[in-house]
Amino acid sequence: MGRKILLDKINIPGIKTYEVYRRNGGYASVEKALKMDPDAITEEVKTSGLRGRGGAGFPVGLKWSFIDKKSGNPRHLVCNADESEPGTFKDRYLMEYIPHLLIEGMIVSSFALGANLSYIYIRGEYMWVFKTLERAIKEAYAAGWLGKNIKGTGYDLDLHVHCGGGAYICGEETALIESLEGKRGNPRIKPPFPAVKGLWQNPTVVNNVESIASVPWIVLNSGEEYSKIGLGRSTGTKLFSVSGHVKKPGVYEIEMGMTVEEFMNSDEYCGGMIDDRPLKGLIPGGSSVPILPQHLIFKTANGEDRLMTYESLADGGFATGSSLGSGGFIVYNDTACIVRNTWNFSRFYHHESCGQCSPCREGTGWMEKVLWRIENGEGRIEDIDLLWDIQSKIEGNTICPLGDAAAWPVAAAIRHFRDEFEYHIRFPERIKNRDHFTNEPFEKVKHLLQKQSI
Amino acid sequence: MKVTIDGQEIDVEPGTTILQAARLIGGESVPPAMCYYSKLKGSGGKCRCCLVEVSKGSEADPRPMPKLMASCVTGVMDGMEVKSISSPRVTEARKSVTEFLLMNHPLDCPVCDQAGECDLQNLSYNHGKELTRFHEEKRTFEPEDLGNNIQLHMNRCILCYRCVYTAEQLTDGRVHGVVGRGDHAQISTCVSAAIENEYSGNMIDVCPVGALTDKTFRFKSRVWFNKPFTAHRNCDKCCGKTTLWMFGNEIQRVTARKDEYHEVEEFICNECRFDHKDVKDWVIEGPRKFEKFSVINQNNYTRKLEPVQIHTEKQILKGREQDRKKISMVDVPVIDNTPKS
Amino acid sequence: MEKTNYKQDINFTPELMARINELISHYPEGKQKSALLPVLHEVQDAHDNWLSLELQTKVAEILNIKPIEVFEVTTFYTMFNQKPIGKYMLEFCVTSCCAINKAENMMEYACEKLNVKPGQVTSDGMFSVVGVQCLGACGYAPMLQLGDFYHEHLTKEKIDSLIEDCRVGKIILHDK
Repeated sequence: MGRKILLDKINIPGIKTYEVYRRNGGYASVEKALKMDPDAITEEVKTSGLRGRGGAGFPVGLKWSFIDKKSGNPRHLVCNADESEPGTFKDRYLMEYIPHLLIEGMIVSSFALGANLSYIYIRGEYMWVFKTLERAIKEAYAAGWLGKNIKGTGYDLDLHVHCGGGAYICGEETALIESLEGKRGNPRIKPPFPAVKGLWQNPTVVNNVESIASVPWIVLNSGEEYSKIGLGRSTGTKLFSVSGHVKKPGVYEIEMGMTVEEFMNSDEYCGGMIDDRPLKGLIPGGSSVPILPQHLIFKTANGEDRLMTYESLADGGFATGSSLGSGGFIVYNDTACIVRNTWNFSRFYHHESCGQCSPCREGTGWMEKVLWRIENGEGRIEDIDLLWDIQSKIEGNTICPLGDAAAWPVAAAIRHFRDEFEYHIRFPERIKNRDHFTNEPFEKVKHLLQKQSI
Repeated sequence: MKVTIDGQEIDVEPGTTILQAARLIGGESVPPAMCYYSKLKGSGGKCRCCLVEVSKGSEADPRPMPKLMASCVTGVMDGMEVKSISSPRVTEARKSVTEFLLMNHPLDCPVCDQAGECDLQNLSYNHGKELTRFHEEKRTFEPEDLGNNIQLHMNRCILCYRCVYTAEQLTDGRVHGVVGRGDHAQISTCVSAAIENEYSGNMIDVCPVGALTDKTFRFKSRVWFNKPFTAHRNCDKCCGKTTLWMFGNEIQRVTARKDEYHEVEEFICNECRFDHKDVKDWVIEGPRKFEKFSVINQNNYTRKLEPVQIHTEKQILKGREQDRKKISMVDVPVIDNTPKS
Repeated sequence: MEKTNYKQDINFTPELMARINELISHYPEGKQKSALLPVLHEVQDAHDNWLSLELQTKVAEILNIKPIEVFEVTTFYTMFNQKPIGKYMLEFCVTSCCAINKAENMMEYACEKLNVKPGQVTSDGMFSVVGVQCLGACGYAPMLQLGDFYHEHLTKEKIDSLIEDCRVGKIILHDK
C-alpha cells in the first residue's frame, strides 16, 4: 500500500466542485504559502527533490531558482497540460477529476515565483477538460483565491486556461510558449531559456501538471517530508499511465522505488498480463523512451531488480536500460509486432514534426517510409542498417528533443528486436496480414531465421 | 574575448556568434550556412549545416558541450575552443544534413535558374555523396503563382525561412509565410495573392536555392554565361547599388551586390531590380570581382585572357550568333579555387 | 496548399463575439494575438466545424493581425479543418496503444458501415471518419473523439449505437 499525495481524495464524491474540495482541506496550502517568504517556498521545493514530471525529470526547485527576478519584467508561470506523449494520460486524469488541486498548485507556485499572470496550456483535444478547468477557475475567483489582493495579502494573480490546436510539439516548452503567443508551435533556439526570455519575452517557468499538483502537499508537509517518500534521488510519488496488454490499464499513483515486477503483477496495480499471455516488451516512460525486451524488464543487465525510479529504469544506459520519462507505461505481449509498432511511432513523429529543422523534418519522414516498406514485406536487408544510420543522424542534431524522441524508439527496436526486422524482410509472405503475430507469435516462427542462415 | 576555431585564435567582441568569429578568420573553417543571414533578425539555427563541436566551453567552464552546436546562433565565450572542419563528428553531421536536404530535392539543376550560384549546390559539392540512399517517392507540391516578378518552385525549397523574415522585416504587409507542418510545410500565400510589395524582390536574393527566382530572368541564360558588372543609379527608394548581369549589351538580370557569403550588401527596391533593364539607366563601375570559388568563377574574365582557338569553329556552318558566342567563352582547363582579390 | 476556396456562411452572433472578447481579455493589452487558438476553436464550433479562408481572414481582422498569420497557424495545428467536413466527425486514435487494441479494425468497421473512406464525408454530409494521432486515452483503447468528447473502450456495438444516436440527434457535440 503506497502513500497517495495526488490521488488521495480522488474518490470523494463531488471533489470536482469547489465546495467539496475546500471542505476536504483544499486551498489550505495557499493560506499557508501566502504567509511565507516566496523564496522559502522555492527552497522547500528544492529540498523536496521533486523532479519535473513531464519527461525530462529536471529538478523543479532548481528550475524555479533560475527565473530572472532582477530584470523587473513581469514573470509568468505556465502549466504544461499539453499531454500528448503516446502512452501518457495521467494529467488528463488529474485535471478531469480534481481540477482544483492544479489550480491550488498554480496559485502557490505563482506566488513563489512572483508571477501575477499565469496560464494553463491544455491540448485542444481535451476540450471538455478545458471547460472543466474554466469553470473551476471561475469558482476559485468567486471564492477569492484568484484576482486582486488575494485574501487581503496584497498578492494579485490572474490565472487563465489556454487551449492548443492539436500539435504534440507544443509539449516542448518553447514551442508551447510560441503557441501561447498565437503562433505556430516552432520550438525556439535556446539560449535564451524561458527563465530569462519566455512568454512575451518575459521570464517564464513552464512546469508539468503533475509537478505543480505536487507543490501544495510539499508546502503543507515540508520538502523534507516529501523527500522521505520514494527512493534516493527519485523522491515522492509518481503517476503512471498504464496501457497495453495488461488486465487493469489506468492511472496509478505509486511511491517511487517499487519493483517493476510488483507494479506489473500485483492486483492493486496492473494486475498482470491480459489473457496471461507472455510479456514481450515494455515502454516504461511514454513512446519516446527505448523499449525494453522481456529479459531486461524485471531485472537490469547486471541482475538487480528493476525498480520504478528514474535511476533504475535508466540503469544500463540506452544499451540495456530505458527511462522513466513521463510515466507512460505501455506493455506489449507476444501478439504485438515490434516492427509495426515502431512504424506506428515513426508515423506519429513524422506527423508531429514541426518542420523547422532539416534532420527532423526530412529524417522522420524517411524513417517512416522505410519502416512502412519493411512492415509490408518490401524491405531490403540493408534497410535495417540504413534505419540505424538515419536515427543516429537525427539524434542530437536537432533544435528540440523531438528529433531524439523520434530516433530512440527506432534505435531501441533495432537494438533489441533485430531478428524481427529480419523476419519481416526475409519472409514477406508471412507478414501480409497486419495481425500476423496474433495467431502465430514471433517466438513460434523465430526458428525459420536460423534454418536459412547456414 | 578569445576564441579558437580549428586551432586559429581570434579576439572578438562579446555577443559574437561562433559563425561570425569563423567568418572573421575565413578560409576552410567557416561553417556553411543555408538559413542564417546576418542581415535578417531571428534567422539561423534551422538548417543545421553549420553545426560545430565545442571542445571547450570557456575559460570559466572548460567542459565540452555534449551536443554539436549550431554555430550561427551560439555565442562565443572567453577561452572557447571550437572544432569545425577539423572534427570528424562535424564533417559527418554536415554530410548527413546535406543528405537530408537533398533527399526530397528534385535535383533539377539542369533546368534551374539558380544553378551556378546555388548554396545547396556548393554544399553538396563540399559535403555531399555521389549516391543516394533514398529510395522512396519524393515529396512534391502544387505550383503556386506569386505574381509577375517572383517564380516559386516549392519542390526546391529547404525552408530556411529567410524570405519570411525578409518580408516581415523589410515590408509592412507580409502576405506569404510558411504554412502546413513537418515535411509538408511550404511557402505560400494561401490566397494566391501576388507578392507586390516594393521590396519583395529581395526574397529572390536571400533564397539560398532555386525556390524563389527572378521571373523576368526565367530561362534566359545560365548564370555563368552572364557577365556581372557593378553598377549604380540614383534611386529614391533604395541605395541603387546593384550587380547587372549582362549578355553582350543586354541587361538580363539585376540583383543586389552580394558578398563572399552570398549575402546582399544592401537590399534594393523592385524598381531597380525589375524595371531598369536599359544600360542607359545605369552607371557601370566595372566588372564585379569574385571572392569565392563558385561555378560562375570559371567564367572569370578579370584576369588576363588567353586567346582560345576553337578547332571546331570551321565546321560550324550556320550556327546561331548567340551559340557561337557561348562556345567562344574562355576555356579554363583546371578548376581554380584560389580566392581572387 | 489546396487552393479551392469553399463557400461558407459567416455569422458572428453577439454571443460568439462576447465569447471572443472574453477570451481576448485573458491576455494583456497588445497581446491579443495570443487569443488566436482559443478564438479559432470557438469560431470553428460556431461554423459547422470548419474554417474557410474568408472566415480566417475575418478572425485576423478581429484580432488585428495579418491574414497570413492566421493561415500559418490554422495549417500547423491539426484540429482546424480547412474544408467542409461531416457534421459528426468520428476521429479514431490509431497510435500504438490503440492500434494494438484493434483501433484500425474499429475504424474500418465505421468506414464500411457509413460507406466512406477515411477523410471523406458521407454523401448526406452527416459523417466523416478520420484517423488521428494519440489522443491521450491509451488506457481506455480503442477510442474515438466526437466533438468535444471522447468515447472509449469501443466495440462494434458501441459504434453502432453512437452512429444511431447521431442520426436521431441525441449527440451533443460541444460543451457550452
